Amino acid sequence: MQFVQQLINGVTIGSFYALVALGYTMVYGVLKMINFAHGDLFMWGAYLGLTLFTLLGATALAGSAWMVVPAAIAVLLVVALAGLLVERVAYRPLRHAGRLAPILSALGVAFLLQSLARNIYGASWRTYPSGIALSGGVTLAPGLRVSAMQILALAAAALLMAALSLFVQRTRVGTAMRAVSIDPVAARLMGIDVDRIISVVFLIGPGLGGVAGLIVALYYGSFDFTLGWTFGLKAFIAAILGGIGNIPGAMLGGMLLGVVETLASGYISPQWKDVIAYAALIGILIARPTGLLGERLAAKV
Amino acid sequence: MGRERDNGAGTGRWGGSMIESAAAILRIARRRPLLVQAALLLLALLLPLPLSDYYRTVAWRTGIYVLLGLSLNVVVGYAGLFQLGHAAFYAIGAYTAAILNLRCGVPLLAALPASVAVAGAAGYLITRPILHLRGDYLAIVTIAFGEVVRLALVNNLFGITGGANGLSGIDRPSLFGVELRAPIAHYYLMLFFLAVTIAAMHRLERSRLGRAWLCVREDEEAAAAMGIDATRVKLQAFVIGSAWAGLAGGLFAGKLTVVAPDLAKFMESVVLFCIVVLGGTGSIPGVFVGACGMVTLPELFRPLRDWRDAWLGITMVVMMIARPEGIWPSRRVQMEIRGEKEEARAPAG
Repeated sequence: MQFVQQLINGVTIGSFYALVALGYTMVYGVLKMINFAHGDLFMWGAYLGLTLFTLLGATALAGSAWMVVPAAIAVLLVVALAGLLVERVAYRPLRHAGRLAPILSALGVAFLLQSLARNIYGASWRTYPSGIALSGGVTLAPGLRVSAMQILALAAAALLMAALSLFVQRTRVGTAMRAVSIDPVAARLMGIDVDRIISVVFLIGPGLGGVAGLIVALYYGSFDFTLGWTFGLKAFIAAILGGIGNIPGAMLGGMLLGVVETLASGYISPQWKDVIAYAALIGILIARPTGLLGERLAAKV
Repeated sequence: MGRERDNGAGTGRWGGSMIESAAAILRIARRRPLLVQAALLLLALLLPLPLSDYYRTVAWRTGIYVLLGLSLNVVVGYAGLFQLGHAAFYAIGAYTAAILNLRCGVPLLAALPASVAVAGAAGYLITRPILHLRGDYLAIVTIAFGEVVRLALVNNLFGITGGANGLSGIDRPSLFGVELRAPIAHYYLMLFFLAVTIAAMHRLERSRLGRAWLCVREDEEAAAAMGIDATRVKLQAFVIGSAWAGLAGGLFAGKLTVVAPDLAKFMESVVLFCIVVLGGTGSIPGVFVGACGMVTLPELFRPLRDWRDAWLGITMVVMMIARPEGIWPSRRVQMEIRGEKEEARAPAG
């Protein structure tokens, strides 16, 4: 029973990693760059949630869990626009400037976002107002309990990932996105507006990341401005684990990382859980240099 | 170096704007490198004299970061490998010196070679299995290794790293029986190693190995076709870079007398990476400029420290948009990025 319980906890955390990993992987898919600012956009999702809950606290929804719905929609929109802005200002001018300059620019944006959060909200740990996080849960069997927050978080993550998969697989823009990630030059020749697709990616990735920030902050209860570094790094590792640039890979990598970490924490030692997660990553990359589901990127330098 | 030719633009136009005179000075500097080196050394020797102890420490810190930047420059600049966990080797060097000093009573300066050796050996062991990874995958594995090193230090590996608080009470280095206490003494100690490092890097850049790195960085397959063992030279870059970071770690332990796992944190590696790229990848003066930008300036603006990361971030973005090749790039990298028609000349010598 304990094993199943750990598995459920692991999948919950893994779904958060997956949501954030999607942002890394989509950007990498179309631009072949690591968006180091993504983790901090995700962190801003958590802080914007804080502001929104404070504002909504004055309305009829005060103290109710329903506040999450309008807050999540607002966070999705605001962080998506922020992502778009970051791309326009910091990445687009550097598209032909080699591989190092965009990394440095992304790190610069990360510094800026982090510093802004620290100055606006303070360096201490913050918590959401009470009454928003669902309490209670379902006991499936003796010793096996799923909390309401876990159900909500898993449902939200599953919904967002399903919507993204449908979008990427079924719509014209999604198809164009896949085309750009396979070969931007050929895609342009086929009449796809590559710049527009990149903008779409920078709306969707950070948007999902922002909502993930809100959900993570709700799930853990408290957070500080370093959330973007710590959690973002893990999510990035999840993206690589699955094969960066590959959308199902990011979901698989996220789940796997969450489960490995939780099991390592439960059965080996909580102190060493991060080391075990990183060791798993290193082991998998040594054996499969492009991640679990990665393929064609092997020769990219 | 002395034979390097300027591209002829604006020769003979003295006076005028400050930019033009600066350019003229640079041209003279390029023709008389020995003069410049002597002048810079003199400047570095005199620099701490008028400063207060606080600013002497700032100068020392900058120098340590230049050392670290030069060590990372071997990996990122010369060999073109993405290393985002470099601070781990700095920490390994610092801990080696600290442990040898505290456990075995080895004097700090005598422990420095061990710092270098252990950091170099760690670099070998860590990078040997991952050399076949490319680009971003290599970057992420080095991040993971850096974090593993930090967490191992936090979790008190083998019971000798002192856990999250690190180790304290390390002896200060002493030279000819005199304990080096004052910041100025540490400054000169650092300067000695820095001068040796710069001379060594200057030679290394132009050596057979240095040229092999450039080839591998430009095109690994072509380099292999020319008979360069790419895996071997990449490994050499990692080992040399790691060992040199270990030296900086040992010097750090001697000045602060405390070492902590935070030395290996990801942020530290990021700062080192920024020093190399911001100043100009593969360029020794570039590392100086990068270290001043990332370490000295924020230190001088301490009163504004709450906002300094924000400014640093904005500066990094603006800098990269304005000069993607870095502030003081090597001529080769500048030509690559600016796409100049002029034929890329191999450094003479």
